Amino acid sequence: MTTITVTVNGKSYTRDVEPRTLLVHFLRENLSLTGTHVGCDTSQCGACVVHMDGVSVKSCTTLAVQADGASVTTIEGLANGTELHALQEGFWEKHGLQCGYCTPGMIMSAADLLKNNPNPTDDEIRHGLEGNLCRCTGYENIVRAVRYAAEKMNTVNAD
Amino acid sequence: MIPSAFEYATPATLNEAMAMLAADEDAKLLAGGHSLLPTMKLRLAAPTKLIDLRKIGELRGVSASGGGARIGAMTTYAEATASAALKGYAALIDATSIIGDTQVRNRGTIGGAMAHGDPAADLPAVMLALGATVNVIGSAGSRAIAIDDFFVGMLTTALEEGEIITSIDLPALAAGTSTAYVKFANPASGYAMVGVAASVTMSGGKVSACRIGLTGAGPSATRLEGVEQALTGSDGSEASIASAVANAGDGLDILGDIHAGEDYRRAMVSVYAKRAIVAAIARA
Repeated sequence: MTTITVTVNGKSYTRDVEPRTLLVHFLRENLSLTGTHVGCDTSQCGACVVHMDGVSVKSCTTLAVQADGASVTTIEGLANGTELHALQEGFWEKHGLQCGYCTPGMIMSAADLLKNNPNPTDDEIRHGLEGNLCRCTGYENIVRAVRYAAEKMNTVNAD
Repeated sequence: MIPSAFEYATPATLNEAMAMLAADEDAKLLAGGHSLLPTMKLRLAAPTKLIDLRKIGELRGVSASGGGARIGAMTTYAEATASAALKGYAALIDATSIIGDTQVRNRGTIGGAMAHGDPAADLPAVMLALGATVNVIGSAGSRAIAIDDFFVGMLTTALEEGEIITSIDLPALAAGTSTAYVKFANPASGYAMVGVAASVTMSGGKVSACRIGLTGAGPSATRLEGVEQALTGSDGSEASIASAVANAGDGLDILGDIHAGEDYRRAMVSVYAKRAIVAAIARA
């Protein structure tokens, strides 16, 4: 076992883990943060995307021990209390999901995209979400949801 | 999927890392982990120990060096893409900005990709075209490996047992040189089925020098020396490029698979060689 200390959604956790524990399993099973999903388990689908030290990563292809000392944000850490993040609101308003399985990863990838490019074109949104697969929506409403969030965040920032 | 059990260590220095590597012949170095961890999850690899290089500061960062650039082995694709020191190496940025997806580019490293030597990785073609040098350290000391000697075969490089890549040096581009990388990506994985990087130097309206690197098509990345010879001395026009690449795939060891058979892939070597050269010259 290896002792790791990881800050998740602003709270510090110290736990003993087997080195082979994947970050996604650490989040789900050790910390009971089940918003992060295991989809393909082969780093293709993006259902497991979280932010680690400010950038989006696939937590099924990251060991928990690699996150020792890091700051991790999961979908649970995105809202501000009861106030939804603009992306969460966008997926709600624009119906950017059907079954919802891909949604947490989709939102975390979109959050990384908007951080680097606050005003993306539809093409840039699609390109930015290339590491996330959705088998329900056909992506149209996901793109609209991200555009909604970008517009809202830009309006708020302009105020 | 969970890997087999292994020990984990984060050495703070290269010396410590080399000692750990020497002490356990089944240990593996961990960089970004985006080739190694999937392999371990599938239990195609079961190292006894992972030696994570992330805490060794000297492996990180990009610096300008003697007119060229030195890329620390642990530099991620995303860091390389954003690096001011690498801006002039357009072929490299072409590759580092399209490898995998955003999340892969945030974790995957240049040194890791080089050490893995995946026959369908993008960077080997680019490094061949740019004439890079791979700097390594081992128990016998440091040495510099010319890129032309680095890729030995399928997943095999010139790295000796116990050696660690510390950095990759890119030489200064000669005046009039422009570069590009283009690939025919596997529609599912995004890996190169055929990827070609071109570095072309124009002087007085003629191609005075060029290096063309190919990846994805065969068991390991290689230069297209026949194309280089045919292109050098030409005027770099579309017609001269077409003529230079006409038989680009001849005599190469080409692998076919369900996505692209051997003959088709061989034909695509010409197509993508032409596109890469045209794209490079268009940037001049």
